[in-house]
Amino acid sequence: MFDDLNIEVGAGEALWVKGRNGAGKTSLLRQLCGLTRPSAGSVLWRGHDIHRKYQASADFHRSLLYLGHANNLKDELTGVENLVLGERLAGRTLDGLGAAEALARVGLSRAAWRPAGRLSQGQRRRIGLARLHVTQRPPLWILDEPFTALDDVAADALHATLEQHLVRGGIVVYTTHQPRSLAAARSHVLDLSARAAGQPQPC
Amino acid sequence: MLKVLTHAARRDLLLASRRSGEVLAALFFFVMVAMLYPLAVGPEPALLRSVGPGVLWATALLASMLSLGRIFGHDLVDGTLEQMLLSAEPLVAVVIGKVLAHWLITGVPLVLLTPLIALQFDLSAESVQVLAASLLIGTPVLSLVGAIGGALTLGLRGGGALVAVLVLPLYVPVLVFGAGAVGAQAGGGDFSPHLQLLGALLAASFALAPWAAAAALRIALN
Repeated sequence: MFDDLNIEVGAGEALWVKGRNGAGKTSLLRQLCGLTRPSAGSVLWRGHDIHRKYQASADFHRSLLYLGHANNLKDELTGVENLVLGERLAGRTLDGLGAAEALARVGLSRAAWRPAGRLSQGQRRRIGLARLHVTQRPPLWILDEPFTALDDVAADALHATLEQHLVRGGIVVYTTHQPRSLAAARSHVLDLSARAAGQPQPC
Repeated sequence: MLKVLTHAARRDLLLASRRSGEVLAALFFFVMVAMLYPLAVGPEPALLRSVGPGVLWATALLASMLSLGRIFGHDLVDGTLEQMLLSAEPLVAVVIGKVLAHWLITGVPLVLLTPLIALQFDLSAESVQVLAASLLIGTPVLSLVGAIGGALTLGLRGGGALVAVLVLPLYVPVLVFGAGAVGAQAGGGDFSPHLQLLGALLAASFALAPWAAAAALRIALN
């Protein structure tokens, strides 16, 4: 799907993966986070292939926060329960109070205690995004369409959160169809549709 | 690793408590089939005593199989399975936790219900004890082996039928030794070799099945 693709993103840098529907944005993000293996080539984190050595893989997964199209929510659980149990399964510690604070930061206070199945799509997306506000924040964020289903206020708040993360030295790799580029120290744009058409790419 | 195992098990138990209909469906199936069988074969006590252990074991096996698709199926749909694969903790620990929860939800209630259901088959108290012991050792094997089938058929159309084809041949030794233990006890023989063989199956499946299921999950999501 991707030929001659060489990307390097450092601390405090952002990569915006653009492209039409079906261009391969999600496939690329899934390869970058290790869910799928590239048929040729490798994904390196701090100089180590994420698929090769167990230690390198474990270090990578400790440093990674991936948010896909799905919000990773159980309809029967409240927002707080979803957040707490999700973080604990990821190997991070989080209690109910910390989860409630993170959910309050994405504008969910009362709704955080209702079953996720009774919430709107936008509110469900916000629960997924509340993971960006928990105490143990990994440095690498890979976000697939994070602005989807958000209203303008929530989208602006997310934009600010991503920029704060970059200022702190984090890395953000994201896809979006909205014209939102981040004011990072160095911001890369990878247009997969333009690559497919043979146009040169800046990164 | 133990923490993640516990978190995975507690999470699935919490979810099962909120989806009680799904859990009760397997138990209802077990009770209904076990109750209908004596009505179908007639009230002859000697016949019921001889077929009872086999009927209860086969019914327990099928009831356990009904819920295999749920071990990982819901997690695939809502994206939480992806997060489990991306966890810094070993995936095997999550798999063991989920299998433990599956056994507690489906296997343990079957073991607890068996003495009651066994009354219909006129089984002696000693036979019921051996039957319950064989189910206690055998049902975790069903959950462990079933997890491999559930993981291999994840996301496939008609996965329910396919999981039966994959798993049923592996269930046969459990069924043979489980029902055989009660048969040996009822015939006045030594039933302990059957239980020991069931124990060996449990040890082997505990040593292999979580790793196999974890590998199957990685393949399913690749």
